[in-house]
Order: sequence, then C-alpha cells, then structure tokens
Amino acid sequence: MGEMDFIIKEFLVESNENLDQLDHDLVELESNPTSQELLGRIFRTVHSIKGTTGFLGFTKLGGVAHAGEHLLSRLRDGALVLHPATTTGLLSLVDALREMLTQIAEKGTEGNRDYTGLTNTLIHLSEGTHVGKDPPVPSKPVSRSLTSATGQTEAGETASPVAKIPPNELAGESGGGITQKQNTRASSRAAAGSNSGPQETPVSRERQAASAASLTGGSLRVDVHHLDDLMGLVGELVLTRNRVLQICQSHSDAASLATSQRLNVITSELQQGITKVRMQPIHSVWHKFPRLVRDLAVQCGKQVRLQMVGQETELDKGIIEAIQDPLTHLVRNAVDHGIETPEVRLVRGKPAEGCLELRAFRELDRVNIEISDDGAGIDADRVRQEAIDRKLITPDRAALLNARDTINLILLPGLSTAKSVTDISGRGVGMDVVKSNIERIGGTIEIESQEGAGTTIKIGIPLTLAIIPALLVTACGGHYAIPQVSVIELVRLGVLENKARIENVQGLLFYRLREELLPFRYLDAELQMHERVSEEGRQKGDDGAGVMVVLQSHDRQFGVMVDQVDETEEIIVRALEKRLKGVPLYAGATILGDGKVALILDVPALARRVCTTGDTVVRDPATRKNDSQTRAAETRPLLILEHRRNERVALPVSQVIRLQQFPRSHIERAGRQEMIQYDGGILPVFRICDLLADGQDRQSDTRPSEADDGKMDVIVCRRNGRAVGLMVERVLDIVEHDVSRRDSAGDHAMVAPAVINGRVTRILNVEDLFCTADPGSRPRPALVNAGA
Amino acid sequence: MNERQQFCSFHVDNLLFGVDVHKVQEVIRHLDITRVPSAPPSVRGLINLRSQIIAAIDVRRCLDLPDRLPHGLFVHLICRTEDGPVSFLVDEIGEVLELAEDALAFSPEALNGRLRECVCDAYKLPDRLLLVLDTERMLRAASAAECGATPGGAR
Repeated sequence: MGEMDFIIKEFLVESNENLDQLDHDLVELESNPTSQELLGRIFRTVHSIKGTTGFLGFTKLGGVAHAGEHLLSRLRDGALVLHPATTTGLLSLVDALREMLTQIAEKGTEGNRDYTGLTNTLIHLSEGTHVGKDPPVPSKPVSRSLTSATGQTEAGETASPVAKIPPNELAGESGGGITQKQNTRASSRAAAGSNSGPQETPVSRERQAASAASLTGGSLRVDVHHLDDLMGLVGELVLTRNRVLQICQSHSDAASLATSQRLNVITSELQQGITKVRMQPIHSVWHKFPRLVRDLAVQCGKQVRLQMVGQETELDKGIIEAIQDPLTHLVRNAVDHGIETPEVRLVRGKPAEGCLELRAFRELDRVNIEISDDGAGIDADRVRQEAIDRKLITPDRAALLNARDTINLILLPGLSTAKSVTDISGRGVGMDVVKSNIERIGGTIEIESQEGAGTTIKIGIPLTLAIIPALLVTACGGHYAIPQVSVIELVRLGVLENKARIENVQGLLFYRLREELLPFRYLDAELQMHERVSEEGRQKGDDGAGVMVVLQSHDRQFGVMVDQVDETEEIIVRALEKRLKGVPLYAGATILGDGKVALILDVPALARRVCTTGDTVVRDPATRKNDSQTRAAETRPLLILEHRRNERVALPVSQVIRLQQFPRSHIERAGRQEMIQYDGGILPVFRICDLLADGQDRQSDTRPSEADDGKMDVIVCRRNGRAVGLMVERVLDIVEHDVSRRDSAGDHAMVAPAVINGRVTRILNVEDLFCTADPGSRPRPALVNAGA
Repeated sequence: MNERQQFCSFHVDNLLFGVDVHKVQEVIRHLDITRVPSAPPSVRGLINLRSQIIAAIDVRRCLDLPDRLPHGLFVHLICRTEDGPVSFLVDEIGEVLELAEDALAFSPEALNGRLRECVCDAYKLPDRLLLVLDTERMLRAASAAECGATPGGAR
C-alpha cells in the first residue's frame, strides 16, 4: 500500500512537471507547426502519462490522454495539419489532466467531472472534421466544451477556449494552491502547478527519461527549508570566520595563520556554493508566460508575439518568488492594455502582430528586467488628469511634471493603470502594489512610455538578500556600517584642506568636490541630533580631519563626514529591535567580525535629511508647504542677495563656489577690469549692478559705498569652468525654492521673478548674467588661475 | 496555602529587586554594549548574545532612579519577554530566593512614582524588602514615558 502511495506521488510530481513543459511546447508548436522534434516530444509526454495512468488504474485520466495521444499521433504522422483549434484542444487536454491530477493529489480519485466532451472534441479534431466550414453537429450530450472549441473556428478565435475550465485556470494562475499547500510535499507541488512546478523544469527533460521512482542521474530534490537552514548556518559561519581571522592576525604564529587562511577560503567557497544552489534562472518565472500571453491574447482578440531574452539570468530563490506576482501583473497589463487589437495596429501603421519583449540581464550586483511592448503606450495627459481627479496631486504641481514623471504617477497608490488607461476593470493588484512588492526586496521600478509607440517597464533588483557588503566607518566613537551599494567614493581630508573646501552657509554644509558643491553633514552631529550634546563636541568635528563618504540615494549625491573608514566586510542584515524602530537613522543592525554589534545606517533617510535644508532656513510658509508635499528635484537652494535699495535677486547655490568677504582695498585694476588676488590666482570681479544692465545710473550708483573701507561680499561662482567673482551689496539668506514654478514671464537676463520670503525676487543665472553684460567685459581666461 | 515561589534577586540603587526565576534566561557579568545614538534613554544599546542581537535596558532609567557613576560596570540579567530576550542592566546580582506567600509585606500601592507602576509584589525578608518587578510592565512604562516626552520617539 505504502509502495503504491509512493509511486502515485512520484507520478504526480513528474506529471505536473511534464504538463508545464507541455504548455510550453504546445505554444511553441503553434509558431512552428511542422517541427517533428516538438511533436515527438509532446507525443511522448502524453503517451507516458497515458501509460502510467493505465498502470495505476486511473481510467478516466487514461481515456482523455488516449484521445489526445491519438490526435497527436495523427499530427506527428502528418495526416493532420495543426490548426489553432487543435492547439486549443490540446491545451484544454493539459488543463483537464492537471485538474485530475490535482484531484488525485487531494482526494486520491480523479474527481467526478465529466470529460467526455473534451474526449469527443479531441476525437473530432483527430478525424480532421473541424477543418471544414461546417462544424460537425455533435451527438446528443452536447458538451459545452465541444461547442466552444469547434465554434471557435468560425468565430475567428474570439471565443475563449479555456473558459470552460475556469477553476483549474484560476488555481494555476493565482496561487490557488494555497489550500493544498499543507498537504504532502508532492501534492503541494502538484496543486501549485505553475507556481512551484516551474522551478524544476530545467531538469525535467532528463527526468522524463528516467524511470518513475528514482533519484535521477545528476539531480536531487531538496526541501527548500533545508536550504534555508543551511543558508542561515553559512551566514553564521561567515561571521565566525571573520572573527577567527581577526584573532589569528594578532597571534601571528604560522600554523594558526595558515589554518585561518584555509578556513577563509573554504568558507568563501561554501558561501558561494550555497548561494549558487539557491540561484535559479529567471526562466522559472518566465516559462509560464508563453501560455499566459497566448491565452490572454486569444481572449482579447489580439495577436502577440512574446520574446524572452536572457532567460538564463539567475536570481536568488527568495527573490524569484517575490517577483513572480509583480511580473505576471505587468505581462498581463502589457497584453491587456498595452498592445492594441490587430485592426487598430494596422490603422496605426504597425504590423498586426504586437511584440512583447522580456529582457533580463545582470549588471554588477543587480539584475535588470525590462518588459517592453510596442503597443499604445500610456497617455500622459490622461494619467495626469486621473491623478488630479483623484486628488493625488494638485493641478499646479501636475503642470510642472515632465512626461516621464507624469507617467510614473501611475505607480501611486489609488491610481491603477487598468482604470486610467482602459475601461477593463483592474485584475488583482494595481501598479502601486507592484511597486511596493518590488521595493520591499530592495528593487526599483521605472516606466518609460511613448504614446503610440509602446511602453517599457524597467525593474532593477538585487541579486540576493541575505548577505551584503558594507563599508565600516567610525563616528561618535562607534562602528557604523554603510551598505556598499550606496557608496560612490571616499575622500580623505586633512585638517587645513578640510577647512578651505567647506562652505558653511547658515548651518548648511557644502563641500567643494571637484568644483561641485556637495551637501554634507557630520555623522557625529547627525547621530547625536536628538541628544543633549555640548556645542563644543560638535565644534570639534568641524576642525578635525576625517573622511568624506560620498553616498548616493536615488538621484541625489551627498556626503557624510566620518572620523575614520575602517574596512569593508560582508554583513548579515538583521532587523532592528522593536524599541529602536522609531529612530530614523538605522536600517538594521549586524554583528561584526570581532563580535561587536554595529548599526547599519539608513542611507535614504540620511539623504532626506541632508539634501533638504533645515526648517530654520525655509522661512516662506508657502515654500515649506510645497516642500512637504513633494520633495522633488525642482526645489533648489537659492542664495538671496540685496541688490540696490529694496531690490532682491537670487542665484542658485549650485552655481556658487563660495562666499567670501574681501576688504575693499583688495580690489585692483587691469584696464577696465577689476580683480582680486585670490587663492594664488587672479579672480576677475564684476559688480552685479553692472551686469544687470538695468541702470543708466551705472556709474553713479555704486560708487558712494566705495568710500568706506569696510569689507564687501564677493560671491565666487563658476563660469565656463573658471572662477569669477560677483560683488554684491549684501548676502541675505539661503532658501529652498521651487525654481520650476514661474510666477510671471521674465526679462532676458534672468529666469522670471518669483516671490521668495514675501518679496519679489529675481532669480538669476550666472551664464545669462554675463552674456547680457557687455561681451567685452568677459574675463580673459589667461588671466584667471583660480581654484585649487 | 503556603506556596513558595522562587525569585532571582538583584540590586539597583540600594534597593533589592526580584524577578520570577522562570523568566530569567541567564546572567552575564560583562558584555560589550554598542551604544545607539538617538535611541530612547532607557535603551543603553545593543549586545551580541551568542549571535543574537538584543537590547540592553537600563533598569535605573526605567524606574526613574538616578544614573550610576560612570565607571560602574553593569550586570546583564537576560530575561525572556514577549518580544524575545532582553538584557536588563542591574548594579549587582543577588541570590535566588525561595519565598513563601506569607512573607508578602504590603501592596505596592504604597509605593510612589514609577516603582508603583512596575512593582507587582513586595516581600519582607529578615533584614530588608524584596520588590518584585514585572518586566513587561516596566518596559511598557518606560517606552510610554519616553514616547510621551518626545513625540515621534526620536529621543
């Protein structure tokens, strides 16, 4: 009895794999109907299922399989030509077989469903009667399947061939195996069908050849839980290895060094090995798409060609599972909403057959997946309107978004593509769920679409989750880990150099890195933000040497100044203690090689704090409100200057290298050009009121102040890669301002005036400023030798 | 009626406390504590307990008692709580005491402040009192106080 159960289990597992392969082969056969190899393979598979069912006594199953086998043998012998209806019939056969197998797995019987209709259809198909114009009038028990399958020939493929077996279809597609999953391992595989089955397909070919109850030649089934346990243990081993290495380095006797090196190598190999075992080709998610796309296309009356590139790209098993649903959703969307019907496509001058391409490729430690179709694309205006109607964005803001940002609005919760792009109601999850699922595993998603030309969805996901390389830094007297993926570069700063290159503008810190202003913070200060730390503690950091860690989060680069950079280490990320979840600084914790606990910095959270100015500087309530709604890239820090009495102008901080005060006596002249000796070179200086050719009173205006021997503010900015100085009356403030918002049209020299801090302020652009000024007064490059 | 219960006793700020011995996982005399800047004050940091990262909670701060002198070493009393093991930092560990119910001295209602929230029983020993701490209540009281003090839990 036990023997029999075992054989049945093996049969179920094998058959399910075979059925998945059948799905695949049948769809392939449709595009390549004369392939003897494919036909042969399909025939053998059905034949072997039939054979085993006969042996096990599942007569109903055997009967259906027999009818299918007969049809296939006629096809193979060339007596019949493959017709879409034939494929549909055969796919129905696969569904029926799968349904019965599920029944067997659950209840041990084939179930009560009547398959005579299907059997008849298959028989008719194999007699070739369906090809004629008039479908054979079936005998009395007119089964629904027969009419649907044969009727389809006339109705031009609009009928839904799979609709007659919905329960199974559903179970196959939407993780319907949930209820069965508690059953035996074999039955869970059987029930989950296209969910878990696919993972074995790469080996299924050999499997077919081997006999039923055996461990086949090269492969062995392993319970996933064992693998997870092993992965955990290897993680611990890696940590222990790190520790041993540290200990051995301090006791340097040859034997222990050699042993520890050996341990090091073995552990690394073991780690790579176990990671590799968990890796699966992305094919295991993709392989069910041909069938899915085919069925959907038939349902929607569309013609879709599916191309898959990079199927062999490998990903960790956990990630494969996590992306399965999002990818399925995106593929459905592409067929359902993206690709047009053949008629529409022809009108638009495209080939009737739409193309859906899946591409996967590895890029360093990430895998990129692209799903592109040549369909209708996304109507940006409609998305924008939808977002406004749903109050997800204000009309003002929406007007500022470029096409690409607008399209990416469909990732917002509450705005689903299904609703905004077509009238077909959404199926299951919306795009926001897709996005959050992808982001949960550390991935990114981006949509590019051109109306009328198609849509490309780009997904980037990490290769593996468990162990990440991290940079260890010292700050605040402790070790902190920064995920290596965020680190762009390290810059070591000496005490003097440090001071010269740092601009402190009302508490906002910038570092001049290759003439770019990089916003940064001292990690010490950030960490102790909320603690009662004495001022001198913070001051100390200002002068001390340190290392600038340049980090990137999304599109923003910023710096974090640390005391010291220690090393890189592979760390296991662990969730943070519940009581510390509220601290917005840490992404997790880890145990280092020396056994100490280190905190992992939350780089995106740091970026938000560094890249948006503190509240003290943003004084304009309107600006602040806008800011909190969307901290998008449009807000830029502006330097506010007083220019003549009662007039304000602003310069983008990004164009400013530094602010400096010079005694007025330092101004020297060379012809008409005023200049200052600065930084070992000569800095040409210009009066901002001269440049703003807005005064006939140019001569008289500024002179009076020259009499006093005080200091003057000079803004050193960059022009054509060289430093030039702008003499201004007074520097007032720095504010975050939404520069893309235009309050009114402006004149030639500058971007439009805006209201900043309740005052009308003209926002200037350094380049325009010089262009409108007398071209003759341009700085002669040969004179200038500024910059470090 | 004379049921006996076992308590693990410990000293904090000249007071003698006890916790149900079944709740205690182990006692560790010295462990490195990794400070967590910006964490709530009662969380002194994180420790590595055989590859498990757990929080070290300062009992003095939980009970609103004055901080110890800076050089004082803590003893880690590792207890099982609803959220997994937690290390309670105490001044010194005492013995395991087996006490009968008739040694119960008074109801903790008589105590003041945070002690009243966190102490569930008080036993009369020959020479002094043993205050029995309810660890869950103490953790709740501490985090409630800290959240209330600085909304958003940033402190």
